[in-house]
Amino acid sequence: MTTNWQPTADIETLRERAHLLARVRAFFTERGVLEVETPVLGQGGSTDVHLVSLSTLARTASGRRRLWLQTSPEFHMKRLLAAGSGPIFQLAKSFRDGEVGVRHNIEFTMLEWYRPGFTMAQLIDETTTLVANILPSFAGPVVHYRYRALFHTYLTVDPFTASLEMLRRLAAERGQMSAHALANEGRDTCLDLLMSMVIEPQLGRNELSVVVDYPASQAALARRHQDTDGEWVASRFELYLDGVELANGYDELTDAAEQRARFTEDNAERRQIGLPEVDVDVSLLAALEHGLPEGAGVALGIDRLIQLALGKARLEDVLTFSTPNC
Amino acid sequence: MANYSTNEFKGGLKVMLDGDPCSIIENDLVKPGKGQAFNRVKLRNLMTGRVGERTFKSGDSLEGADVMELEMEYLYNDGQMWYFMKTDGSFEQYAVEKKALGDTEKWLKEQVPYTVTLWNDNAIHVAPPNFIELEVIETDPGLKGDTAQGGSKPATLSSGAVVRVPLFINQGEVLKVDTRSGEYVSRA
Repeated sequence: MTTNWQPTADIETLRERAHLLARVRAFFTERGVLEVETPVLGQGGSTDVHLVSLSTLARTASGRRRLWLQTSPEFHMKRLLAAGSGPIFQLAKSFRDGEVGVRHNIEFTMLEWYRPGFTMAQLIDETTTLVANILPSFAGPVVHYRYRALFHTYLTVDPFTASLEMLRRLAAERGQMSAHALANEGRDTCLDLLMSMVIEPQLGRNELSVVVDYPASQAALARRHQDTDGEWVASRFELYLDGVELANGYDELTDAAEQRARFTEDNAERRQIGLPEVDVDVSLLAALEHGLPEGAGVALGIDRLIQLALGKARLEDVLTFSTPNC
Repeated sequence: MANYSTNEFKGGLKVMLDGDPCSIIENDLVKPGKGQAFNRVKLRNLMTGRVGERTFKSGDSLEGADVMELEMEYLYNDGQMWYFMKTDGSFEQYAVEKKALGDTEKWLKEQVPYTVTLWNDNAIHVAPPNFIELEVIETDPGLKGDTAQGGSKPATLSSGAVVRVPLFINQGEVLKVDTRSGEYVSRA
């Protein structure tokens, strides 16, 4: 058998990729945002029950320790913000075990940036400006949607008030999942399925779609607030182009106690569903206690944006060596 | 049988779904920005041949299906069952029902090797070779002369299949036919 040693992207694509990355760097340099590099290995990992972290045992100055490959550079970048870095951006190698597909690779590059003092609206504006800058043929428009309104439009259901039975039934029917497999699932699984299978493919068609007002249960590291209908929602946005989820941004949670509580809840849920617990990043919590400036941050899958900009069918077409050809 | 998790779903893997053995064709991950990941899986039901899509929570698993594909020669039929024999020298025979035979019935010829799919040691599908040589048992008389001109006519082959053949083909000739498209390829 011959070993396939060739890159998954062709060399011309890699030239174009380098050119697009140079434009990203120029965009932030012009705006006075500092480029940083933070560790790929961290003492803590993401407790998010939907992310699978890779970890490794290393011999460190303080002995053998488990170190976690970061699922995004978020924790380290927040520690920099707390230390007074001001606005920062990073093109960071990130790792999510098991994420394999036409738009996923276990190891990928995340473009992540933080804007102290920005509102979420200002950051949405900056994110869409960047995307329009990178896409050669993008002519707009940028269209804003509320999560709730999308469910009304595509599924004629209210994601906040519909009964769980109703959501399970819809999810089975429209998400092509067996009713049996959904029988013990909660609201968020049903909503995630409907969002991924029914709504997302419709978003970003001849426009850049911005989605806001996610259910509060899907806040991750975002603040929560009450929307105009009085529902508790996450201060979080997602960006979609051509049916592809490109970016996820937050009005950042700065409350150390709340952050600690969410980590603890995540690990409790992990125990309950039989997933391994993840070491909590105590340094992040200490940094939050010290004080994280109010502001907004966003993570954008730059490989996907490059894939769309260059019109490639698969993510691996813009990666030098996709997993497992790495 | 072992259980397979969604991250082990590869093209060709045989699994049980809703009581039927299925073959996985494609598997892709779908995930909202934050939250539960799902695998959108395209599978072929090996009993019906139908292709469908199903979504699974990432990490869920399915039971493997005891499915094997073996080369067997066609022997004969008694009108109820069609008999095939393994070509591995074991002379082991399998009786196949008409339902499992499906469209392949019209491509049967003795001593030709077929691919027989067994599930729990029962034949559930028979696939003919891509190309097969069969005799014309009935067609209009052949036209002499310019064979390059288009035009075709139906011809019934010894296996029962009817294919379009060029006008110059005569009864009694042996033809090479593509079983996937049901088209004439050449004289054998």
